[in-house]
Amino acid sequence: MRDVEAQLTLLVEKIKDLKDFSQEQGIELGKEVEALEKKAAKLREELYANLDGWQKLQLARNAKRPTALDYFNLIFTDFIPLHGDRQFRDDPALVGGIAMLEGKPVTVLGHQKGRDTKENIARNYGMPHPEGYRKALRLMEQAEKFHRPIICFIDTPGAYPGLGAEERGQSEAIARNLREMASLKTPIINFVTGEGGSGGALALSIGDCLLMLENAVYSVISPEGCAAILWKDASLAKDAAAALKLKAQDLSEFGVVDEIVPEPKKGLQDNWDLGLPAIKEALVRHMDLLGHLPLETLLQRRWRRLSSQGHWQEEE
Amino acid sequence: MALFRKTKYATMNARPSAQTDIASKCPSCKTIHFKEDLEKNLYVCSDCGYHFTLTAWQRIGITFDDNSFQELDARLTSLNVLEFPGYDEKLARAQENSGLVEAIITGKGRINGEPAYAGVLAPEFMLGSMGAVVGEKIARLLDKAGSEGVGAIIFSASGGARMQEGIFALFQMAKTSAALSRLNDKGVLYISVLTNPTTGGVSASFAMLGDVNIGEPGALIGFAGPRVIQQTIGQTLPEGFQRSEFLLEHGMLDMVVPRKELKATLARLLRFHQGGGRR
Repeated sequence: MRDVEAQLTLLVEKIKDLKDFSQEQGIELGKEVEALEKKAAKLREELYANLDGWQKLQLARNAKRPTALDYFNLIFTDFIPLHGDRQFRDDPALVGGIAMLEGKPVTVLGHQKGRDTKENIARNYGMPHPEGYRKALRLMEQAEKFHRPIICFIDTPGAYPGLGAEERGQSEAIARNLREMASLKTPIINFVTGEGGSGGALALSIGDCLLMLENAVYSVISPEGCAAILWKDASLAKDAAAALKLKAQDLSEFGVVDEIVPEPKKGLQDNWDLGLPAIKEALVRHMDLLGHLPLETLLQRRWRRLSSQGHWQEEE
Repeated sequence: MALFRKTKYATMNARPSAQTDIASKCPSCKTIHFKEDLEKNLYVCSDCGYHFTLTAWQRIGITFDDNSFQELDARLTSLNVLEFPGYDEKLARAQENSGLVEAIITGKGRINGEPAYAGVLAPEFMLGSMGAVVGEKIARLLDKAGSEGVGAIIFSASGGARMQEGIFALFQMAKTSAALSRLNDKGVLYISVLTNPTTGGVSASFAMLGDVNIGEPGALIGFAGPRVIQQTIGQTLPEGFQRSEFLLEHGMLDMVVPRKELKATLARLLRFHQGGGRR
Protein backbone atom coordinates (compact mmCIF):
# COMPACT_ATOMS: atom_id res chain seq x y z
CA MET A 1 0.00 0.00 0.00
CA ARG A 2 2.82 2.37 0.91
CA ASP A 3 4.24 2.21 -2.62
CA VAL A 4 0.97 2.98 -4.28
CA GLU A 5 0.33 5.72 -1.76
CA ALA A 6 3.70 7.33 -2.45
CA GLN A 7 3.14 7.13 -6.18
CA LEU A 8 -0.25 8.66 -5.74
CA THR A 9 1.08 11.59 -3.73
CA LEU A 10 3.77 12.19 -6.34
CA LEU A 11 1.25 12.08 -9.12
CA VAL A 12 -1.13 14.49 -7.43
CA GLU A 13 1.75 16.95 -6.95
CA LYS A 14 2.76 16.56 -10.56
CA ILE A 15 -0.76 17.26 -11.78
CA LYS A 16 -0.90 20.38 -9.66
CA ASP A 17 2.46 21.57 -10.98
CA LEU A 18 1.38 20.99 -14.55
CA LYS A 19 -1.86 22.87 -14.01
CA ASP A 20 -0.04 25.79 -12.40
CA PHE A 21 2.54 25.77 -15.17
CA SER A 22 -0.04 25.78 -17.96
CA GLN A 23 -1.92 28.62 -16.32
CA GLU A 24 1.18 30.73 -15.70
CA GLN A 25 2.61 30.21 -19.15
CA GLY A 26 -0.70 30.09 -20.97
CA ILE A 27 0.27 26.77 -22.57
CA GLU A 28 -2.44 24.25 -23.30
CA LEU A 29 -1.63 21.03 -21.38
CA GLY A 30 -5.16 19.69 -21.02
CA LYS A 31 -4.38 16.32 -22.59
CA GLU A 32 -1.37 15.66 -20.41
CA VAL A 33 -3.23 16.65 -17.25
CA GLU A 34 -6.17 14.48 -18.22
CA ALA A 35 -3.96 11.47 -18.75
CA LEU A 36 -2.28 11.95 -15.41
CA GLU A 37 -5.58 12.42 -13.65
CA LYS A 38 -6.83 9.17 -15.13
CA LYS A 39 -3.74 7.43 -13.87
CA ALA A 40 -4.22 8.90 -10.41
CA ALA A 41 -7.83 7.74 -10.31
CA LYS A 42 -6.78 4.23 -11.26
CA LEU A 43 -4.08 4.18 -8.60
CA ARG A 44 -6.56 5.41 -6.00
CA GLU A 45 -8.93 2.63 -6.88
CA GLU A 46 -6.15 0.09 -6.63
CA LEU A 47 -5.15 1.50 -3.28
CA TYR A 48 -8.56 1.09 -1.71
CA ALA A 49 -9.50 -2.15 -3.46
CA ASN A 50 -6.55 -4.08 -2.08
CA LEU A 51 -6.36 -3.14 1.57
CA ASP A 52 -4.99 -5.86 3.81
CA GLY A 53 -6.32 -6.80 7.23
CA TRP A 54 -4.18 -4.32 9.10
CA GLN A 55 -5.12 -1.44 6.79
CA LYS A 56 -8.80 -2.32 7.07
CA LEU A 57 -8.45 -2.32 10.83
CA GLN A 58 -7.05 1.22 10.73
CA LEU A 59 -9.98 2.31 8.55
CA ALA A 60 -12.46 0.53 10.81
CA ARG A 61 -10.98 2.38 13.79
CA ASN A 62 -11.05 5.77 12.02
CA ALA A 63 -12.62 8.27 14.42
CA LYS A 64 -14.35 10.11 11.60
CA ARG A 65 -16.67 7.22 10.85
CA PRO A 66 -20.27 7.52 12.06
CA THR A 67 -20.92 6.22 15.58
CA ALA A 68 -23.98 4.33 16.75
CA LEU A 69 -25.79 7.55 17.71
CA ASP A 70 -25.02 9.00 14.27
CA TYR A 71 -26.60 5.97 12.62
CA PHE A 72 -29.62 6.17 14.94
CA ASN A 73 -30.16 9.83 14.09
CA LEU A 74 -29.32 9.80 10.39
CA ILE A 75 -30.80 6.51 9.15
CA PHE A 76 -33.81 6.30 11.44
CA THR A 77 -36.42 8.89 12.35
CA ASP A 78 -37.78 9.85 15.74
CA PHE A 79 -35.03 8.14 17.76
CA ILE A 80 -35.84 8.03 21.46
CA PRO A 81 -32.86 7.08 23.64
CA LEU A 82 -33.54 4.73 26.54
CA HIS A 83 -31.14 4.35 29.43
CA GLY A 84 -30.01 2.04 32.19
CA ASP A 85 -29.87 -1.60 33.18
CA ARG A 86 -32.17 -1.08 36.22
CA GLN A 87 -29.51 -2.70 38.38
CA PHE A 88 -26.39 -0.62 38.63
CA ARG A 89 -26.06 2.31 36.23
CA ASP A 90 -26.33 3.51 32.66
CA ASP A 91 -23.34 2.43 30.59
CA PRO A 92 -22.38 5.25 28.20
CA ALA A 93 -20.36 2.81 26.05
CA LEU A 94 -23.48 0.99 24.93
CA VAL A 95 -26.44 3.05 23.74
CA GLY A 96 -29.92 2.16 22.64
CA GLY A 97 -33.50 3.12 22.26
CA ILE A 98 -36.42 2.98 19.89
CA ALA A 99 -36.69 4.54 16.47
CA MET A 100 -38.61 4.38 13.23
CA LEU A 101 -37.25 2.76 10.09
CA GLU A 102 -39.42 3.51 7.05
CA GLY A 103 -42.31 4.17 9.39
CA LYS A 104 -41.87 0.92 11.33
CA PRO A 105 -40.80 0.88 14.99
CA VAL A 106 -37.53 -0.89 15.79
CA THR A 107 -35.23 -1.21 18.78
CA VAL A 108 -31.72 0.02 18.09
CA LEU A 109 -28.59 -0.78 20.09
CA GLY A 110 -24.94 -0.09 19.56
CA HIS A 111 -21.49 0.38 21.01
CA GLN A 112 -20.76 4.08 21.28
CA LYS A 113 -17.26 5.36 20.61
CA GLY A 114 -16.29 9.01 21.02
CA ARG A 115 -15.01 11.34 18.35
CA ASP A 116 -12.20 12.85 20.42
CA THR A 117 -10.26 11.92 23.55
CA LYS A 118 -12.60 13.72 25.92
CA GLU A 119 -15.64 12.05 24.44
CA ASN A 120 -13.85 8.73 24.29
CA ILE A 121 -13.03 8.84 27.98
CA ALA A 122 -16.69 9.50 28.74
CA ARG A 123 -17.67 6.61 26.45
CA ASN A 124 -14.85 4.35 27.65
CA TYR A 125 -13.71 4.02 24.01
CA GLY A 126 -16.83 2.02 23.23
CA MET A 127 -15.88 -0.76 25.66
CA PRO A 128 -18.94 -1.78 27.68
CA HIS A 129 -19.09 -2.82 31.31
CA PRO A 130 -21.48 -5.60 32.44
CA GLU A 131 -24.26 -3.04 32.91
CA GLY A 132 -23.99 -2.22 29.20
CA TYR A 133 -24.77 -5.79 28.17
CA ARG A 134 -27.53 -5.92 30.77
CA LYS A 135 -29.07 -2.73 29.42
CA ALA A 136 -28.91 -4.22 25.93
CA LEU A 137 -30.69 -7.35 27.11
CA ARG A 138 -33.34 -5.29 28.91
CA LEU A 139 -34.06 -3.32 25.74
CA MET A 140 -34.07 -6.49 23.64
CA GLU A 141 -36.59 -8.14 25.95
CA GLN A 142 -38.65 -4.99 25.69
CA ALA A 143 -38.47 -5.28 21.90
CA GLU A 144 -39.65 -8.89 22.13
CA LYS A 145 -42.63 -7.82 24.21
CA PHE A 146 -43.74 -5.36 21.53
CA HIS A 147 -42.72 -7.52 18.54
CA ARG A 148 -40.23 -4.92 17.37
CA PRO A 149 -37.27 -6.01 15.27
CA ILE A 150 -33.86 -5.31 16.83
CA ILE A 151 -30.91 -3.79 15.00
CA CYS A 152 -27.51 -3.94 16.70
CA PHE A 153 -24.65 -1.71 15.55
CA ILE A 154 -21.35 -3.33 16.47
CA ASP A 155 -18.20 -1.25 16.87
CA THR A 156 -16.00 -1.93 19.90
CA PRO A 157 -12.40 -2.84 20.72
CA GLY A 158 -13.92 -5.41 23.10
CA ALA A 159 -15.12 -5.89 26.63
CA TYR A 160 -13.43 -3.66 29.19
CA PRO A 161 -10.63 -5.42 31.09
CA GLY A 162 -11.14 -3.63 34.40
CA LEU A 163 -11.66 -4.37 38.06
CA GLY A 164 -15.29 -3.29 38.29
CA ALA A 165 -16.22 -5.11 35.10
CA GLU A 166 -14.92 -8.37 36.55
CA GLU A 167 -16.44 -7.77 39.98
CA ARG A 168 -19.85 -7.19 38.47
CA GLY A 169 -19.72 -10.34 36.36
CA GLN A 170 -18.62 -9.41 32.87
CA SER A 171 -18.51 -13.07 31.88
CA GLU A 172 -22.01 -13.74 33.14
CA ALA A 173 -23.42 -10.65 31.43
CA ILE A 174 -21.98 -11.60 28.05
CA ALA A 175 -22.91 -15.27 28.41
CA ARG A 176 -26.48 -14.43 29.35
CA ASN A 177 -26.88 -12.22 26.28
CA LEU A 178 -25.61 -15.03 24.05
CA ARG A 179 -28.08 -17.50 25.52
CA GLU A 180 -31.08 -15.20 25.63
CA MET A 181 -30.58 -13.72 22.16
CA ALA A 182 -30.54 -17.24 20.74
CA SER A 183 -34.23 -17.61 21.57
CA LEU A 184 -35.53 -14.04 21.54
CA LYS A 185 -38.86 -14.06 19.72
CA THR A 186 -38.29 -11.18 17.35
CA PRO A 187 -36.00 -10.67 14.34
CA ILE A 188 -32.47 -9.48 15.13
CA ILE A 189 -30.13 -7.85 12.61
CA ASN A 190 -26.46 -7.60 13.59
CA PHE A 191 -24.44 -5.02 11.75
CA VAL A 192 -20.68 -4.66 12.21
CA THR A 193 -19.96 -1.05 11.25
CA GLY A 194 -16.36 -0.73 12.43
CA GLU A 195 -14.39 -2.81 14.86
CA GLY A 196 -15.91 -6.15 15.85
CA GLY A 197 -13.78 -6.92 18.90
CA SER A 198 -14.18 -10.33 20.56
CA GLY A 199 -16.68 -10.98 23.37
CA GLY A 200 -17.78 -7.37 23.62
CA ALA A 201 -18.86 -7.46 19.99
CA LEU A 202 -20.30 -10.96 20.19
CA ALA A 203 -22.70 -9.92 22.94
CA LEU A 204 -24.60 -7.93 20.30
CA SER A 205 -24.01 -10.37 17.44
CA ILE A 206 -26.50 -13.18 17.92
CA GLY A 207 -29.34 -12.97 15.48
CA ASP A 208 -30.78 -13.66 12.08
CA CYS A 209 -28.63 -11.67 9.71
CA LEU A 210 -25.00 -10.58 10.00
CA LEU A 211 -24.07 -7.56 7.90
CA MET A 212 -20.69 -5.90 7.69
CA LEU A 213 -19.58 -2.64 6.20
CA GLU A 214 -16.97 -3.01 3.49
CA ASN A 215 -14.14 -1.78 5.71
CA ALA A 216 -15.32 -3.32 8.95
CA VAL A 217 -13.44 -6.11 10.71
CA TYR A 218 -14.51 -8.83 13.12
CA SER A 219 -12.15 -10.91 15.19
CA VAL A 220 -11.87 -13.26 18.14
CA ILE A 221 -9.10 -11.05 19.56
CA SER A 222 -7.39 -7.82 18.57
CA PRO A 223 -4.32 -8.42 16.38
CA GLU A 224 -2.25 -6.64 19.03
CA GLY A 225 -3.50 -9.03 21.71
CA CYS A 226 -3.06 -12.05 19.47
CA ALA A 227 0.54 -11.17 18.63
CA ALA A 228 1.36 -10.49 22.27
CA ILE A 229 -0.07 -13.81 23.44
CA LEU A 230 0.97 -16.12 20.60
CA TRP A 231 4.28 -14.60 19.60
CA LYS A 232 5.11 -12.59 22.73
CA ASP A 233 5.57 -9.53 20.52
CA ALA A 234 2.83 -6.94 20.02
CA SER A 235 4.78 -5.41 17.13
CA LEU A 236 3.81 -8.44 15.04
CA ALA A 237 0.21 -7.20 15.09
CA LYS A 238 0.24 -6.74 11.31
CA ASP A 239 1.03 -10.41 10.82
CA ALA A 240 -1.65 -11.33 13.30
CA ALA A 241 -4.16 -9.16 11.43
CA ALA A 242 -3.42 -11.17 8.29
CA ALA A 243 -3.52 -14.53 10.08
CA LEU A 244 -6.81 -13.85 11.87
CA LYS A 245 -8.66 -13.27 8.57
CA LEU A 246 -10.68 -10.48 10.10
CA LYS A 247 -11.75 -8.59 6.97
CA ALA A 248 -15.40 -8.54 5.96
CA GLN A 249 -14.28 -10.07 2.67
CA ASP A 250 -12.56 -13.02 4.41
CA LEU A 251 -15.57 -13.63 6.60
CA SER A 252 -17.88 -13.46 3.62
CA GLU A 253 -15.80 -16.15 1.91
CA PHE A 254 -16.18 -18.28 5.02
CA GLY A 255 -19.93 -17.86 4.71
CA VAL A 256 -20.13 -16.16 8.08
CA VAL A 257 -21.37 -12.80 6.78
CA ASP A 258 -24.67 -12.51 4.94
CA GLU A 259 -23.90 -9.33 3.10
CA ILE A 260 -21.15 -6.76 2.78
CA VAL A 261 -22.53 -3.24 2.54
CA PRO A 262 -20.40 -1.12 0.19
CA GLU A 263 -18.73 2.07 1.35
CA PRO A 264 -17.66 5.12 -0.66
CA LYS A 265 -14.31 4.64 -2.42
CA LYS A 266 -12.10 6.09 0.30
CA GLY A 267 -14.23 4.67 3.09
CA LEU A 268 -17.35 5.80 4.90
CA GLN A 269 -15.42 8.33 6.99
CA ASP A 270 -14.71 10.25 3.80
CA ASN A 271 -18.31 10.78 2.75
CA TRP A 272 -21.22 9.95 5.02
CA ASP A 273 -23.85 11.28 2.62
CA LEU A 274 -22.71 8.88 -0.04
CA GLY A 275 -22.45 5.90 2.32
CA LEU A 276 -25.53 6.08 4.51
CA PRO A 277 -28.22 5.38 1.86
CA ALA A 278 -26.67 1.98 1.07
CA ILE A 279 -26.77 1.09 4.76
CA LYS A 280 -30.39 2.11 5.09
CA GLU A 281 -31.34 0.20 1.97
CA ALA A 282 -29.71 -3.00 3.28
CA LEU A 283 -31.33 -2.69 6.70
CA VAL A 284 -34.80 -2.09 5.27
CA ARG A 285 -34.46 -4.99 2.86
CA HIS A 286 -33.30 -7.50 5.48
CA MET A 287 -35.87 -6.31 7.99
CA ASP A 288 -38.62 -6.92 5.44
CA LEU A 289 -37.25 -10.36 4.58
CA LEU A 290 -37.02 -11.43 8.21
CA GLY A 291 -40.36 -9.85 9.04
CA HIS A 292 -42.06 -12.21 6.63
CA LEU A 293 -40.76 -15.35 8.33
CA PRO A 294 -43.10 -17.08 10.79
CA LEU A 295 -41.66 -16.95 14.30
CA GLU A 296 -41.10 -20.71 14.44
CA THR A 297 -39.16 -20.62 11.18
CA LEU A 298 -37.15 -17.62 12.32
CA LEU A 299 -36.02 -19.35 15.52
CA GLN A 300 -35.22 -22.66 13.82
CA ARG A 301 -33.26 -20.77 11.23
CA ARG A 302 -31.37 -18.89 13.97
CA TRP A 303 -30.42 -22.13 15.72
CA ARG A 304 -29.23 -23.63 12.42
CA ARG A 305 -27.11 -20.55 11.78
CA LEU A 306 -25.55 -20.75 15.23
CA SER A 307 -25.06 -24.49 15.35
CA SER A 308 -23.48 -24.74 11.91
CA GLN A 309 -20.59 -22.44 12.84
CA GLY A 310 -17.21 -24.09 12.63
CA HIS A 311 -15.43 -26.82 10.69
CA TRP A 312 -14.17 -30.18 11.84
CA GLN A 313 -13.34 -33.61 10.63
CA GLU A 314 -15.00 -36.78 11.80
CA GLU A 315 -13.27 -40.04 11.10
CA GLU A 316 -15.43 -43.10 10.69
CA MET B 1 31.65 -41.93 57.88
CA ALA B 2 30.44 -44.31 55.23
CA LEU B 3 27.54 -45.25 57.41
CA PHE B 4 26.56 -41.61 57.91
CA ARG B 5 26.60 -41.03 54.18
CA LYS B 6 24.38 -43.98 53.58
CA THR B 7 21.81 -42.69 56.06
CA LYS B 8 21.79 -39.33 54.37
CA TYR B 9 21.33 -40.99 51.02
CA ALA B 10 18.36 -42.93 52.34
CA THR B 11 16.79 -39.73 53.70
CA MET B 12 17.18 -38.01 50.35
CA ASN B 13 15.42 -40.89 48.72
CA ALA B 14 12.51 -40.67 51.12
CA ARG B 15 11.97 -36.97 50.42
CA PRO B 16 11.12 -36.59 46.75
CA SER B 17 12.66 -33.74 44.80
CA ALA B 18 10.59 -31.15 42.98
CA GLN B 19 9.19 -32.41 39.67
CA THR B 20 9.95 -35.98 38.79
CA ASP B 21 7.95 -38.94 37.62
CA ILE B 22 7.23 -39.87 41.18
CA ALA B 23 6.86 -36.50 42.86
CA SER B 24 5.22 -33.10 42.51
CA LYS B 25 5.82 -29.83 44.28
CA CYS B 26 2.84 -27.84 45.48
CA PRO B 27 2.89 -24.53 43.57
CA SER B 28 1.36 -22.81 46.56
CA CYS B 29 3.22 -23.97 49.70
CA LYS B 30 6.14 -25.71 47.93
CA THR B 31 5.67 -28.96 49.83
CA ILE B 32 6.82 -31.91 47.80
CA HIS B 33 4.42 -34.81 47.50
CA PHE B 34 4.77 -38.29 46.13
CA LYS B 35 2.50 -38.73 43.12
CA GLU B 36 0.96 -41.75 44.76
CA ASP B 37 -0.03 -39.79 47.87
CA LEU B 38 -1.25 -36.93 45.76
CA GLU B 39 -3.45 -39.21 43.73
CA LYS B 40 -4.95 -40.70 46.85
CA ASN B 41 -5.69 -37.19 48.05
CA LEU B 42 -7.45 -36.35 44.73
CA TYR B 43 -4.54 -34.11 43.73
CA VAL B 44 -5.08 -31.72 46.61
CA CYS B 45 -2.09 -30.60 48.69
CA SER B 46 -2.41 -32.22 52.10
CA ASP B 47 -0.54 -29.33 53.69
CA CYS B 48 -2.26 -26.20 52.31
CA GLY B 49 -5.29 -27.49 50.42
CA TYR B 50 -4.08 -26.27 47.04
CA HIS B 51 -6.06 -27.91 44.23
CA PHE B 52 -3.74 -29.13 41.47
CA THR B 53 -5.03 -28.77 37.92
CA LEU B 54 -6.30 -32.13 36.67
CA THR B 55 -6.01 -33.63 33.25
CA ALA B 56 -9.33 -34.52 31.66
CA TRP B 57 -8.94 -38.25 32.35
CA GLN B 58 -7.87 -37.63 35.94
CA ARG B 59 -11.05 -35.59 36.39
CA ILE B 60 -13.17 -38.35 34.90
CA GLY B 61 -11.38 -40.89 37.08
CA ILE B 62 -12.16 -39.13 40.36
CA THR B 63 -15.72 -38.14 39.38
CA PHE B 64 -17.36 -41.15 37.77
CA ASP B 65 -18.13 -44.54 39.24
CA ASP B 66 -15.63 -47.18 38.14
CA ASN B 67 -15.97 -48.22 34.51
CA SER B 68 -19.18 -46.24 34.08
CA PHE B 69 -17.89 -43.52 31.77
CA GLN B 70 -18.47 -44.02 28.06
CA GLU B 71 -16.89 -41.53 25.74
CA LEU B 72 -18.86 -39.91 22.91
CA ASP B 73 -17.79 -38.30 19.64
CA ALA B 74 -14.17 -39.27 20.20
CA ARG B 75 -13.22 -38.90 16.56
CA LEU B 76 -13.84 -35.22 15.98
CA THR B 77 -10.66 -33.42 15.00
CA SER B 78 -9.85 -29.80 14.21
CA LEU B 79 -9.18 -28.30 10.82
CA ASN B 80 -6.97 -25.32 10.14
CA VAL B 81 -9.58 -23.44 8.15
CA LEU B 82 -7.84 -20.08 8.48
CA GLU B 83 -4.53 -21.62 7.47
CA PHE B 84 -3.20 -19.96 10.60
CA PRO B 85 0.59 -20.14 10.68
CA GLY B 86 1.87 -22.85 13.02
CA TYR B 87 -1.57 -24.17 13.99
CA ASP B 88 -1.22 -27.58 12.36
CA GLU B 89 2.08 -28.12 14.16
CA LYS B 90 0.62 -26.93 17.44
CA LEU B 91 -2.29 -29.35 17.12
CA ALA B 92 0.02 -32.23 16.32
CA ARG B 93 2.23 -31.42 19.31
CA ALA B 94 -0.77 -31.09 21.64
CA GLN B 95 -2.07 -34.46 20.47
CA GLU B 96 1.30 -36.08 20.98
CA ASN B 97 1.90 -34.56 24.42
CA SER B 98 -1.57 -35.11 25.82
CA GLY B 99 -2.56 -38.33 24.12
CA LEU B 100 -5.88 -36.64 23.36
CA VAL B 101 -7.45 -35.75 20.03
CA GLU B 102 -8.91 -32.46 21.16
CA ALA B 103 -9.34 -30.18 24.19
CA ILE B 104 -12.49 -31.82 25.53
CA ILE B 105 -13.70 -35.29 26.40
CA THR B 106 -17.46 -35.80 26.42
CA GLY B 107 -19.44 -38.80 27.48
CA LYS B 108 -22.00 -40.35 29.76
CA GLY B 109 -21.44 -42.05 33.07
CA ARG B 110 -22.65 -42.50 36.62
CA ILE B 111 -21.82 -40.44 39.69
CA ASN B 112 -22.63 -42.35 42.87
CA GLY B 113 -25.12 -44.21 40.74
CA GLU B 114 -26.73 -41.12 39.19
CA PRO B 115 -26.54 -40.99 35.39
CA ALA B 116 -25.08 -37.82 33.92
CA TYR B 117 -23.76 -36.45 30.66
CA ALA B 118 -20.45 -34.70 31.08
CA GLY B 119 -17.97 -32.61 29.16
CA VAL B 120 -14.49 -32.27 30.61
CA LEU B 121 -12.17 -29.64 29.19
CA ALA B 122 -8.56 -30.71 28.97
CA PRO B 123 -6.14 -28.01 30.14
CA GLU B 124 -3.30 -30.24 28.93
CA PHE B 125 -4.44 -29.73 25.33
CA MET B 126 -3.68 -26.18 24.14
CA LEU B 127 -4.79 -24.84 27.54
CA GLY B 128 -8.26 -26.24 27.04
CA SER B 129 -8.97 -23.63 24.39
CA MET B 130 -12.29 -23.74 22.57
CA GLY B 131 -12.34 -24.18 18.83
CA ALA B 132 -14.97 -25.69 16.56
CA VAL B 133 -14.51 -29.25 17.87
CA VAL B 134 -14.99 -28.26 21.50
CA GLY B 135 -18.09 -26.28 20.53
CA GLU B 136 -19.55 -29.08 18.44
CA LYS B 137 -18.92 -31.74 21.07
CA ILE B 138 -20.60 -29.61 23.72
CA ALA B 139 -23.57 -28.94 21.42
CA ARG B 140 -23.97 -32.68 20.74
CA LEU B 141 -23.62 -33.49 24.44
CA LEU B 142 -26.31 -31.02 25.46
CA ASP B 143 -28.57 -32.23 22.69
CA LYS B 144 -28.33 -35.82 23.96
CA ALA B 145 -28.82 -34.75 27.55
CA GLY B 146 -31.87 -32.76 26.49
CA SER B 147 -33.52 -35.50 24.51
CA GLU B 148 -32.93 -38.11 27.23
CA GLY B 149 -33.75 -35.79 30.09
CA VAL B 150 -30.47 -36.63 31.80
CA GLY B 151 -28.56 -33.85 33.57
CA ALA B 152 -25.40 -32.43 32.03
CA ILE B 153 -22.22 -31.27 33.75
CA ILE B 154 -19.37 -29.37 32.16
CA PHE B 155 -16.03 -29.15 33.96
CA SER B 156 -14.24 -26.07 32.64
CA ALA B 157 -10.49 -25.55 32.60
CA SER B 158 -9.63 -23.27 29.76
CA GLY B 159 -7.80 -20.16 28.64
CA GLY B 160 -10.74 -19.22 26.40
CA ALA B 161 -11.44 -19.17 22.69
CA ARG B 162 -8.77 -20.66 20.42
CA MET B 163 -7.26 -17.74 18.53
CA GLN B 164 -6.03 -19.92 15.69
CA GLU B 165 -9.61 -20.61 14.66
CA GLY B 166 -10.43 -16.90 14.47
CA ILE B 167 -14.07 -15.94 14.15
CA PHE B 168 -15.18 -19.58 14.33
CA ALA B 169 -13.68 -19.88 17.81
CA LEU B 170 -15.56 -16.77 18.89
CA PHE B 171 -18.80 -18.15 17.49
CA GLN B 172 -18.46 -21.31 19.58
CA MET B 173 -19.36 -19.14 22.55
CA ALA B 174 -22.64 -18.35 20.81
CA LYS B 175 -23.18 -21.92 19.70
CA THR B 176 -22.70 -23.48 23.14
CA SER B 177 -24.82 -20.81 24.82
CA ALA B 178 -27.59 -21.33 22.27
CA ALA B 179 -27.44 -25.08 22.95
CA LEU B 180 -27.98 -24.30 26.63
CA SER B 181 -31.00 -22.21 25.74
CA ARG B 182 -32.48 -25.30 24.08
CA LEU B 183 -31.65 -27.41 27.12
CA ASN B 184 -33.50 -24.86 29.25
CA ASP B 185 -36.56 -25.23 27.03
CA LYS B 186 -36.50 -28.93 27.80
CA GLY B 187 -36.20 -28.33 31.53
CA VAL B 188 -33.02 -30.37 31.93
CA LEU B 189 -30.41 -29.69 34.59
CA TYR B 190 -27.04 -28.19 33.68
CA ILE B 191 -24.29 -27.90 36.28
CA SER B 192 -21.18 -25.89 35.53
CA VAL B 193 -18.04 -26.75 37.47
CA LEU B 194 -15.43 -24.02 37.13
CA THR B 195 -11.90 -25.20 37.83
CA ASN B 196 -8.51 -23.55 37.58
CA PRO B 197 -8.37 -21.70 35.21
CA THR B 198 -11.68 -20.73 33.59
CA THR B 199 -11.16 -17.55 31.62
CA GLY B 200 -11.97 -15.72 28.38
CA GLY B 201 -14.55 -17.04 26.00
CA VAL B 202 -15.27 -20.17 28.04
CA SER B 203 -16.01 -18.14 31.14
CA ALA B 204 -18.20 -15.78 29.07
CA SER B 205 -20.34 -18.58 27.67
CA PHE B 206 -21.33 -22.02 28.98
CA ALA B 207 -19.20 -21.87 32.15
CA MET B 208 -21.26 -19.04 33.66
CA LEU B 209 -24.64 -20.38 32.58
CA GLY B 210 -25.19 -23.28 34.97
CA ASP B 211 -28.45 -23.79 36.80
CA VAL B 212 -25.87 -24.33 39.49
CA ASN B 213 -22.37 -22.85 39.20
CA ILE B 214 -19.76 -24.60 41.32
CA GLY B 215 -16.21 -23.35 41.74
CA GLU B 216 -13.24 -25.39 42.93
CA PRO B 217 -11.35 -23.69 45.77
CA GLY B 218 -8.85 -21.09 44.60
CA ALA B 219 -9.69 -21.46 40.90
CA LEU B 220 -8.94 -18.45 38.71
CA ILE B 221 -12.21 -17.43 37.05
CA GLY B 222 -12.72 -14.32 34.94
CA PHE B 223 -13.13 -12.87 31.49
CA ALA B 224 -9.98 -10.80 31.18
CA GLY B 225 -6.77 -12.23 32.56
CA PRO B 226 -5.30 -10.62 35.68
CA ARG B 227 -2.20 -9.44 33.82
CA VAL B 228 -4.26 -7.59 31.21
CA ILE B 229 -6.36 -5.94 33.91
CA GLN B 230 -3.29 -4.92 35.85
CA GLN B 231 -1.85 -3.34 32.72
CA THR B 232 -5.12 -1.50 32.05
CA ILE B 233 -5.68 -0.04 35.48
CA GLY B 234 -2.00 0.32 36.37
CA GLN B 235 -2.30 -0.84 39.95
CA THR B 236 -1.90 -4.12 41.79
CA LEU B 237 -4.99 -6.28 42.05
CA PRO B 238 -6.53 -7.02 45.43
CA GLU B 239 -5.66 -10.28 47.15
CA GLY B 240 -7.84 -13.16 45.95
CA PHE B 241 -9.21 -11.20 42.99
CA GLN B 242 -10.90 -13.45 40.40
CA ARG B 243 -10.62 -16.52 42.60
CA SER B 244 -13.59 -18.81 43.30
CA GLU B 245 -14.15 -17.38 46.77
CA PHE B 246 -14.20 -13.84 45.32
CA LEU B 247 -16.79 -14.87 42.74
CA LEU B 248 -18.92 -16.55 45.39
CA GLU B 249 -18.85 -13.34 47.41
CA HIS B 250 -19.84 -11.31 44.34
CA GLY B 251 -22.77 -13.54 43.51
CA MET B 252 -21.39 -15.33 40.47
CA LEU B 253 -21.17 -18.84 41.95
CA ASP B 254 -23.64 -20.86 43.97
CA MET B 255 -20.95 -22.64 45.93
CA VAL B 256 -17.28 -23.35 46.28
CA VAL B 257 -16.81 -27.06 46.85
CA PRO B 258 -13.54 -28.76 47.83
CA ARG B 259 -12.63 -31.56 45.48
CA LYS B 260 -13.13 -34.20 48.15
CA GLU B 261 -16.79 -33.25 48.45
CA LEU B 262 -17.45 -32.55 44.79
CA LYS B 263 -18.55 -36.01 43.73
CA ALA B 264 -21.09 -36.29 46.53
CA THR B 265 -22.35 -32.76 45.85
CA LEU B 266 -22.86 -33.49 42.16
CA ALA B 267 -24.68 -36.73 42.96
CA ARG B 268 -27.00 -34.92 45.39
CA LEU B 269 -27.81 -32.24 42.83
CA LEU B 270 -28.45 -34.85 40.14
CA ARG B 271 -30.76 -36.72 42.51
CA PHE B 272 -32.81 -33.58 43.05
CA HIS B 273 -33.42 -33.37 39.32
CA GLN B 274 -33.87 -37.05 38.67
CA GLY B 275 -36.01 -38.02 35.71
CA GLY B 276 -35.29 -34.53 34.43
CA GLY B 277 -37.08 -33.00 31.55
CA ARG B 278 -40.28 -31.02 31.56
CA ARG B 279 -43.23 -33.14 32.64
